[in-house]
Amino acid sequence: MKTHYLNYVAGLSLIFLMASCGNQGSETSQVLGGSAAEQAYVAPGEYDEFYAFMSGGYSGQITAYGLPSGRLLKEIPVFSKYPENGYGYSEETKAMFNTSYGEVPWDDSHHIELSQTDGEFDGRWLFVNGNNTPRIARVDLTTFETVEILEIPDVAGLHCAPFITENSEYLVSGTRFSVPIPQKDVPIDTYKKNFKGLINYVSVDPEHGHMELAFQIEMPGFNYDLARNGKGKSHGWSFLTTYNSEQEHSLLEVNASQKDKDLMAVINWKKAEQYMKEGKFTERETSYFHNLMNEETSIAESEEKTLTKILDPKECPDMVYFIPVPKSPHGCDVDPTGEYIVGNGKLSADMSVYSFDKIMKAIEEKNFDGEFDGIPIISYEAALDGIVKKPGLGPLHTEFDGRGNAYTTFFISSEVVKWDVASKEILDRQSTFYSPGHLVIPGGETKKPDGKYLVAMNKITKDRYLPTGPELAHSAQLFDISGDKMKLILDFPTKGEPHYAQAIAADKIQPNSVKFYDIENNKHPYATLGESKTRVERDGDEVHVYMTAIRSHLAPDNIEGFKVGDKVYFHLTNLEQDWDVPHGFAIQGATNAELLVMPGQTRTLLWEPKRPGVFAFYCTDFCSALHQEMSGYARVSPKGSNVPLKWGLNEKLRENEQAAHDFYEKAKQNANIGK
Amino acid sequence: MKTIKILTTALVGMLFIYSCGGNEQKSKDTAENKAETVEEKKVPETIKMGKGVGEFTEVEVSDPLNEEWVERGQAIYDMKCSACHKLTDQRVVGPGFEGVTNRRKPEWIMNMITNVDVMLEEDPTAQKLLEECMTRMPNQNIKPDDARKILEFFRKNDMEKAGKKDGAIKS
Repeated sequence: MKTHYLNYVAGLSLIFLMASCGNQGSETSQVLGGSAAEQAYVAPGEYDEFYAFMSGGYSGQITAYGLPSGRLLKEIPVFSKYPENGYGYSEETKAMFNTSYGEVPWDDSHHIELSQTDGEFDGRWLFVNGNNTPRIARVDLTTFETVEILEIPDVAGLHCAPFITENSEYLVSGTRFSVPIPQKDVPIDTYKKNFKGLINYVSVDPEHGHMELAFQIEMPGFNYDLARNGKGKSHGWSFLTTYNSEQEHSLLEVNASQKDKDLMAVINWKKAEQYMKEGKFTERETSYFHNLMNEETSIAESEEKTLTKILDPKECPDMVYFIPVPKSPHGCDVDPTGEYIVGNGKLSADMSVYSFDKIMKAIEEKNFDGEFDGIPIISYEAALDGIVKKPGLGPLHTEFDGRGNAYTTFFISSEVVKWDVASKEILDRQSTFYSPGHLVIPGGETKKPDGKYLVAMNKITKDRYLPTGPELAHSAQLFDISGDKMKLILDFPTKGEPHYAQAIAADKIQPNSVKFYDIENNKHPYATLGESKTRVERDGDEVHVYMTAIRSHLAPDNIEGFKVGDKVYFHLTNLEQDWDVPHGFAIQGATNAELLVMPGQTRTLLWEPKRPGVFAFYCTDFCSALHQEMSGYARVSPKGSNVPLKWGLNEKLRENEQAAHDFYEKAKQNANIGK
Repeated sequence: MKTIKILTTALVGMLFIYSCGGNEQKSKDTAENKAETVEEKKVPETIKMGKGVGEFTEVEVSDPLNEEWVERGQAIYDMKCSACHKLTDQRVVGPGFEGVTNRRKPEWIMNMITNVDVMLEEDPTAQKLLEECMTRMPNQNIKPDDARKILEFFRKNDMEKAGKKDGAIKS
């Protein structure tokens, strides 16, 4: 627990204060007033104005909330398997979890980045990093489904990711932990000699969103923490904070906090592109996986990649610089104009704001204070625009409202502070409950923020809600920032541990939201396009059930001839073509999960019957007045028995193998035509 | 939420059965009574004409059958309709299709296919079928153009099964 006891006491005292003098018209009393409730109130049947996408931290997932109501709209499974709908368990989605370490069913998701066009959110895709097994995932915002996961090789703890450029050219992703590159068995105390940090540039295909590891920049063995890319005039540059310029490897809490200043990396990625074109990279063999959902078949496919391209700053002049930043910086944020870069030393009482113009001038004039490992260090004073003096304790992250104001979270003093970017004057401060990490303003890191609300994501919850034992939901707090002073209008619990979030106007997503999949475009090789095509086929120990679902029956619903030891694949096609009519499929004895199948979609569950008997299966998603009737039986006979394979729905059981075979061949042909 | 929605649907359905009085009037009479009540409330002309309600007000049919349309219509039937409707007179979830063009006008059939939610709200014949079948017909998002092709397939099916088609057009 990172909390400070004193801090907690301070928070509690504030609550007592609020309770005892709640009617004196102070700002805190407004929290309790009716106007705050009205501001966060979205009437039944009405929609929220914004979607907020929050990372799940150790849940590995993403949650979508409505703002200003704070209503949870959906949990989107990303890096963690999700038996609730079969993600990671269905045959179609298993491949999403392939990595160079094999199947990894979990990760720690941190930073949400929405795709951008010309520095504004365009509502197409959402990217998020997985920390522990370094990966980046892409969620399609028309379906709210994870459609791609790219592993990043030779990094460790991919925290500094996946920060997007203003036209979604790249996701800039740095390693949190430096490691031996290539990985090898060396003593840990050879850190300074053997350990390096890679900064990865992942390109995004503008039409389909497909990711590719374009190049890696090999950097000194620091801890790369957070990043932002330039915008407008600073487009083409990346800024990344680092800590542990001491290059220590034990008790970092103390040993990585020795120096007065650490370093921020400043990267000219347009220059890097030029070096790539000129072939100034080296190739290295490695292993990493790229998992992609095929848009036509809706089946995830995995590919192992074995080569990366690496740029060395020593061989590529004018590509990478450092700037000193006081005291173990964390957040690194660029204002909407692209001119100001805020570096927050998390152990510092002040905040350094750099000027892009001054950085360019210092580079031009070679105003350097030495170098580190061949990388020039720009003079702190030459790059500095100004200092925000004593804004609070433990500054972490900053977002902007588009009106010239910045908002920064302070973990140690547990507050959000509003300040003027140009004058560095502090304008307002509001307590949060307790100890905020990131904060989000809709569009707050883009060229055009929608500066109406701010959400602080707090690390400590303590007494904010009814207690739920030792583990508590993390709390988020919504502030109205449309006026001069910030006003707390809502508390709401969140899932997992949201680190960063991004919020976007609903009208950029709502009109494109898919209601169902067009069954006529279903190119799944095991799709059953019509009830007359339902059938069961055996191939050795493998049995394929071509099943359909529509309100309110499964076809076939009586199947005989399964044997103990079979691998039974239930390929369930939902024939519905209407919104909000998923069907579920669960069968007793399944040791994996259930399926939720969206209208027009096909999903497959593997069932391996272990004992003879008759086993029930049923639809798990209440679909109609006769949902309870949507069920069936599977008969399992002992291994080696000669009970024939038969199936049916409200009829004498069939065994038309030839018709089934013909259809299967035709379906395969159709699927191939589609490719 | 979905449960509530569905329960509401079921409840509304029951109200129809038990009250049969539309929105304002509650009576314990039968469905015929209800049809009359609706008619008193200025129902659309097309409903009075047995054409239902929706974008189809005049549909022309001709002979011989357009076999391309029949083929396309059958493909859609297989994929989107066959799970609930058989081609015989057997009712499964919904009514069997044998003789449908002799019972219902082309416009009614195509409106039912493309505008089912409104039909179930407003058309007394559709409502009566719901009372019999007890399952709301789902909207299968069939395009207007394809509805015509399904009609062509029904006409062919009626010739094969009932020996007669389009019997409802002149009635």
